[in-house]
Amino acid sequence: MFAFILRRAGQGLLVIAVMVVLVFFGVNVVGDPVWILVSPDMTQDQIAEVARSLGLDRPIQEQFFLFVGGILQGELGRSFVHGTPAIGLILERMPATLELALVALMLAIVVGIPLGLYAGLYPDSAPARGIMAVSILGFSLPTFWVGLMLIMVFSVMLGWLPATGRGPVGHFLGIPTSLVSWQGWVHILLPAINLALLKISLVIRLARAGAREAVLQDYVKFARAKGLGRGRIVGVHILKNIMIPIVTILGLEFGSLVAFSVVTETIFSWPGMGRLLLEAIQRLDRPVIVAYVIVVVCLFVVINLMVDIIYSLLDPRVRLSEAAT
Amino acid sequence: MDAPVLNVEGLKTHFFTRAGVVKSVDGVSLQLAPGEILGLVGESGSGKSVTGFSILGLIDPPGRIVEGTVRLEGRDLTTLDDKAMSRVRGKDLAMIFQDPMMTLNPVLKISTQLIETVLAHAPVSKAEARQRAIAALAMVGIPSPEERIDAYPHQFSGGMRQRVAIATALLHRPKVIIADEPTTALDVTIQSQILAKMQELCREIGTAMIWITHDLSVVAGLADRVAVMYAGRIVETGPVGAVLDFPHHPYTQGLIGSVPSHAEPGARLAQIPGATPSLSALPDGCAFAPRCAKAIGLCRREAPQIEPLGMASVACHVAQGTGGLE
Ligand SMILES: Nc1ncnc2c1ncn2[C@@H]1O[C@H](COP(=O)(O)OP(=O)(O)OP(=O)(O)O)[C@@H](O)[C@H]1O
Ligand SMILES: [Mg+2]
Repeated sequence: MFAFILRRAGQGLLVIAVMVVLVFFGVNVVGDPVWILVSPDMTQDQIAEVARSLGLDRPIQEQFFLFVGGILQGELGRSFVHGTPAIGLILERMPATLELALVALMLAIVVGIPLGLYAGLYPDSAPARGIMAVSILGFSLPTFWVGLMLIMVFSVMLGWLPATGRGPVGHFLGIPTSLVSWQGWVHILLPAINLALLKISLVIRLARAGAREAVLQDYVKFARAKGLGRGRIVGVHILKNIMIPIVTILGLEFGSLVAFSVVTETIFSWPGMGRLLLEAIQRLDRPVIVAYVIVVVCLFVVINLMVDIIYSLLDPRVRLSEAAT
Repeated sequence: MDAPVLNVEGLKTHFFTRAGVVKSVDGVSLQLAPGEILGLVGESGSGKSVTGFSILGLIDPPGRIVEGTVRLEGRDLTTLDDKAMSRVRGKDLAMIFQDPMMTLNPVLKISTQLIETVLAHAPVSKAEARQRAIAALAMVGIPSPEERIDAYPHQFSGGMRQRVAIATALLHRPKVIIADEPTTALDVTIQSQILAKMQELCREIGTAMIWITHDLSVVAGLADRVAVMYAGRIVETGPVGAVLDFPHHPYTQGLIGSVPSHAEPGARLAQIPGATPSLSALPDGCAFAPRCAKAIGLCRREAPQIEPLGMASVACHVAQGTGGLE
């Protein structure tokens, strides 16, 4: 178990190293951050001063080695724009994004599994056909368009839910979150639905496919032959089997929820790290972009690790030592 | 014969598929005395499994029991709704399947799967249910059941899994158990162990059993009576000794001829020429007539009824001698 975690951490470090190199030099290819930071009326000397203060006057290789040296001392550099440590900026925004992604994930499970299960158990019924039609829509409509429609219908026309922003932030177990207040939930609902839509469709498909396959299995027939009630057969025998692929895929998809939140956060003015990234890219704020990448890769590594552990708990046939090879 | 514990009469189970109506079971009658073992034999696709599932009420659409009755101790099961039927299943009427690798739920512990079965039919505490489950495992010969019960199915071999399935089926000491080729997927030594165990347990508990199989030699060693099935019907039935030693029906004769031990060493295995007919387009007369060397004109016109002949019952015009001078 310990060796397994260690190996995963090692793989994560490797990915981080590669990503950092790519992003570091990649940003330089896009443009010179100095030109975005200076104003047009500055003199040549002032501009050189700005470049020097940010260390951007040195050759790129030298900048890179200084940067790596900084990382090794636990220092990711300061934002060119804000002048504060980049990692601090990211971490400050992270709870808002994670909170949004988590609520979206929850929605995907709570809405997707029952609908998918129903569609799988009664594939020819009218509701099942309706569910599948909706899930196709969920797959094919672009996120930003759905987001705008949600705002239009629920905020503008009906006036039920706020269109933008995050609710008041409180603390839960020391973590800053808006989910402790009613207002927080009211604010997060629309962006979370928007972000969850694709995942709900995905879960519906997974649950339906799983259920359709499971009902044909001998163990379901045997469970019926034992005289078990329908509730127990569906709720325990079938559900536990279909949860295995769903949890695995959803866990891995959590990363893409964080990534996709860039779009949703922009539409709903959600103060998360996705919006921060977008701003940083526009301004070529290299330290922030690099810090974002590092944080997200770390997040992925941790998520994958958790998925593997949950997977091994759900499926007794899997041992972690085997999964690692 | 005592009053039968299970009495199936005129059972017809058809599947209404897009390609047509598949008459998988087309007028089967069976009687099972308490504690008796009936071997149900026939070629692949003759409707043995569908007969078993029909008795348990486990036929799903597009299949349906279209006619006939299944009486368990006098009560007609075909009239029960699913809820009432699930109170009978697993309690008075149990079933075990062919492939022990697929029968148990892979993600649930053996203990969970046994205990839920106890609790489905007996109002006992969980601890008591667990004790009963352990006792059942011990009964079917699983070593150190107190520890093994918390294992998952994949930690058991095929033979052990089939024992677990048998333990599950016997938990409530059912009146009737239907065993659908439970040893086919196992290797030969395990097969005979399981066979002997089942025979012993049925005798001990007084459970009557329908043992579905391809294997006539198993029937010869195990069953009291045998029923031979062909294209959804019983063509011959009677005491094992009578039917296997003096088969009347040409199909039974053919089946026995194709058992290796009956052939001379080195001789070619006898085979019944032709293939089983399509169950969605059965011929008008006897379903076996197209493959039968003894068929007469009447066989192609009119399906024979099953009637007593000697110690057995046979559905064959020729054997019954109703063909007259034709
Ligand atoms: N769900 C179904 N839909 C359509 N036809 C079916 C269905 N289930 C069974 N059948 C048909 O019923 C016939 C009898 O099948 P059954 O499984 O009872 O045969 P069997 O005698 O048990 O054969 P085997 O020895 O191979 O197990 C087969 O021809 C099969 O095609
Ligand atoms: Mg079968």
